Amino acid sequence: MSDPVLSVRDLAKTFTSGGRPLTVLDGVSFDVHPGDTLAIVGPSGSGKTTLLGLAAGLDRPSRGSVTLAGTDLSGLSEDARAKLRAAHVGFVFQSFRLLPTLTALDNVAVPLELRGDRGARDEARQLLDRVGLAERTGHYPSQLSGGEQQRVAVARAFAGSPTLLFADEPTGNLDDGTGSRVEDLLFDLNREAGTALVVVTHDLQLAARCDREIRLRGGRVVEPEPARLGAEAEAVTERAA
Amino acid sequence: MLIFPLAWRDSRGMRRRLVLYIGAMAMGVAALVAIRSFGDNLSTAVEEQTIEVFGGDLQARRGVPFQERDDIVLDSIATATGATLVREVSFPSMALFPASEVTRFVQVRALDGPYPLYGQVEAFPETAVKAFRDTGGAMAEAALLLQMNAEVGDSVRVGNRTYPIVGRVDRVPGQSDVGSLVGPQLYLPRGQIDSTLTGFGSRTRSTAFFRIASADEQEKAALALEEAGFRVERAVEEQAEWTEATGDLARFLSLVGVVALLLGGLGVASAMGVYAREKAETVATLRCLGLSSWRVLAIYALQALALGTVGAGIGVILGVGVQRLLPAVLAPFLPVTVANDLVPSALLEGLGVGVVAAVLFALLPLAAVRRVPPLRALRADATARGLDPLRLVLGLALLGAAYGFVFLQTQDWRIALGFLGGLAVSFGGLAVLAAVVRRLARGVARPSWPFAWRQGIANLHAPGNQTLVLLLALGLGVFLVLTLGLTQRAILDGLTLPRDDEQRPDVVLFDVQPDQADSVRTIVAEQGLSIVGEVPLVQMRIAAIDGIAADSLLADTSEAGPERWAIAREYRSTYRGGLTDTEVLTEGTFVGTASTDDAVIPVSMDQDMAADLGVKLGGRITWNVSGVDIESEVTSLREIDWARPQPNFFAVFPEGPLDAAPQTVVMLTRAQSAEASASLQTRVVDAFPNVSAVDVRQVLALVERVLGQVAFALRFLAFFAVATGLAVLGAAVRVALARRTREAVLLRTIGASREQVRRIVVAEYAGLGLLAALMGGALAVAAAWALAQFAFQIPFRPDPWWLVATALLVPALVAVVGVLGSRSALARPPLDVLRAEE
Repeated sequence: MSDPVLSVRDLAKTFTSGGRPLTVLDGVSFDVHPGDTLAIVGPSGSGKTTLLGLAAGLDRPSRGSVTLAGTDLSGLSEDARAKLRAAHVGFVFQSFRLLPTLTALDNVAVPLELRGDRGARDEARQLLDRVGLAERTGHYPSQLSGGEQQRVAVARAFAGSPTLLFADEPTGNLDDGTGSRVEDLLFDLNREAGTALVVVTHDLQLAARCDREIRLRGGRVVEPEPARLGAEAEAVTERAA
Repeated sequence: MLIFPLAWRDSRGMRRRLVLYIGAMAMGVAALVAIRSFGDNLSTAVEEQTIEVFGGDLQARRGVPFQERDDIVLDSIATATGATLVREVSFPSMALFPASEVTRFVQVRALDGPYPLYGQVEAFPETAVKAFRDTGGAMAEAALLLQMNAEVGDSVRVGNRTYPIVGRVDRVPGQSDVGSLVGPQLYLPRGQIDSTLTGFGSRTRSTAFFRIASADEQEKAALALEEAGFRVERAVEEQAEWTEATGDLARFLSLVGVVALLLGGLGVASAMGVYAREKAETVATLRCLGLSSWRVLAIYALQALALGTVGAGIGVILGVGVQRLLPAVLAPFLPVTVANDLVPSALLEGLGVGVVAAVLFALLPLAAVRRVPPLRALRADATARGLDPLRLVLGLALLGAAYGFVFLQTQDWRIALGFLGGLAVSFGGLAVLAAVVRRLARGVARPSWPFAWRQGIANLHAPGNQTLVLLLALGLGVFLVLTLGLTQRAILDGLTLPRDDEQRPDVVLFDVQPDQADSVRTIVAEQGLSIVGEVPLVQMRIAAIDGIAADSLLADTSEAGPERWAIAREYRSTYRGGLTDTEVLTEGTFVGTASTDDAVIPVSMDQDMAADLGVKLGGRITWNVSGVDIESEVTSLREIDWARPQPNFFAVFPEGPLDAAPQTVVMLTRAQSAEASASLQTRVVDAFPNVSAVDVRQVLALVERVLGQVAFALRFLAFFAVATGLAVLGAAVRVALARRTREAVLLRTIGASREQVRRIVVAEYAGLGLLAALMGGALAVAAAWALAQFAFQIPFRPDPWWLVATALLVPALVAVVGVLGSRSALARPPLDVLRAEE
């Protein structure tokens, strides 16, 4: 089996709230291999977004480690992690997070330009074509519908062929029809590009389309599916029990 | 590479909103460029024109008319050094214009020789100066002819001589408009003046002007003239003094420029603060996509740089325009003609300082974008915690740059330090006030209060409140503008003239000889008027101080000794039994009478003059009164209000010892109307040409006109500060509005009327405006007091109207800007805005 593109070990995050420590995530471990699709599900406040943030290197854990594309994040500065993200990671956010001052084309080209790709705009144009927005390249986010904005965001997430894509409630702000079209797009692109996909979602249908699922409650992993998890996940089960 | 295009594209849609940023900087830079350019042109003018103003390379003066032996000495020195010589005797006198039968107090300049030695006299007709030299006629200042309804070809009588008016003088080198307001000048041939006018007791000054090309010869002539007992002054020294004096003016003006620029900086910081906050989510996304924190900062720093350059550029252009106005505003006070030349160094300095200030002030709030955590893209509440060391470094850099800048402008480290110290204290005070307000706002609102007021006050302490930012920006703005305003007011107050009252004399008769006194009294009585007061005037010089002869004191060139001019000058002193209402005793006891037999006579000195002479209470001054030495002891010191139009004296003697000394009398009368005054003046001057009559009301009117011009010039300068202050106000209020829009929309969504939302906005902003006005006002009073006390040395009483106006105007302005700013959010349907806000 190939090396995992994301390896999370014994991850914990504690905040201080009102003078008391508040553990929002505790003892989470899992691996994601190239091309894998993983759903992180759980009720509000269960620690899903915290886990996503830690796994993507947007925040530092209180305990445990994250290895992304073979690099342990714990020793890296914020800027070094940003560099790693630029090289290996794509994002899809619930509220799209397109840069309002850039056109659809410019938005998709940003990750490519960050890497210094010369053909950034051509590639961005191809990606927009792939998500069905070839006619909308010159439009600003405010001129696009929610579904169109999220498709631009998906195109941006796949720009530069990342090894790992994080999606935070990618269909949360979309109606069912538009949502499922965006879902299809995510999984199609995942298959075509071999990009591993980590999806945080409430949507059980979306979760069911993933190879695996991690269910969080109160910051801990519950109800894992042992048949679809690796040996590391079994260790997690033991701790969780 | 990505940085430049990203910086450009990212600024889309925000450019219009950063107009305030550009505007604030442009105003500051405009003030700076205008003032620096003007200052530079002024220095050049002084450098080039001092010699014209001064009238020659060398001046030899006496406080009396030149005697025959003086003329011989002057001629021989001129011959020995190859100099060209012009002699002038000047004295105040009455001039009668027979055509209109009106007399007027004038300053006579009786000249001979090839006047002027330097520069040109602009006169009508063009041949006037030649006719004046050759024919022995008179030339009169244009304003004088206008006032007297006279023209070239008429005649004028001064003393017992009548002269044909051969020319109208439009401009002579070194004459400022203000100078001629008090005593319009009449030019007469020196050889043909009525000698009784320059006799004993007259206020005559004689000056010989030398034009000598070589510096060596100048030196030789100066030494010879000093040996012959003349008071000698040289153009080069005069130039140095002038440069220093114009330097003072330039320094004051540059402080105005500094204030404008600092206000501009505040505007920049406020506008950029809003911008940085609005950009937080974009920054978080960029960080998620892998942009490093420094590159994010670089994007916004580049925008700040570009906008700062645009702002400074516009400021430079504006500044050039304003520079053209400055000479017009200040010209009446300047003896030199200031050009309107572009000063490349000032333009470059304005551009450079503007760009650096814009970037530094912008970076302070922009540094925050470096610390926007990428997690913010997932969680709106994710923020960086703790102190940002970069901001601390930037703050220190800004402080250092500000100090360096103020120092460069003023060339005085104490002023620079005091200026920044005052700012730091204000900043600290406002920050403490903001903390107190936030704490108090929590508990002050009562349930019985209207909802809008409670909500408005809650906004002052609610999470994400803008109390600190708004109070700092508004408070500092109020502080700077009001300090300038109050200081200006204090300066003007010090100059304001007392109102006319029943007892105040309005016609003063100078130079009345004792044997003429009775006749003058009779003339006054015949006119149906009365003498309000008579002041004896005794001319004297200082012979020795504390036993050291004046000559020895004058020979002492060390800095420590008494001021040379104070020793060398002619004193016109008086004697009387008590103090007048323009004097306050500061030390010792005033002695009103003494005996003629006393060996040592008590004298009361003006405290500033005593300090210049280096004499303390109990010190001895020997006076030479018409050749007789009189020993005196300083028994009291007085503070004199020189601004009051009454005869004031440096030295006041007791009644008794000087009663018999050679003297003249100043008679104070009250004519009450211009006609009575004119009639009295004509009668007195007809009978006694040596007597000068001054209509105090006329002088007061002129002085008031001059003060009006001073006030206008000061207001013109304060305009910069106010205009920039308004830009800051706009920028500061926008800071809070960005936050409040979302709340307003939410309130509208759950059913609040537009009026209710508007009231909440008014409650919050008017409250903050009031606090900023009160705190800024209190700080401004303290600063203006310190400036009045230490820098200008004038009494200070804050003008209550200014403070009341500030307390009313600032909250109203802030509330209006707030309501105007939230208008667009209120005009749209809530849903629409919510969508846009997502």
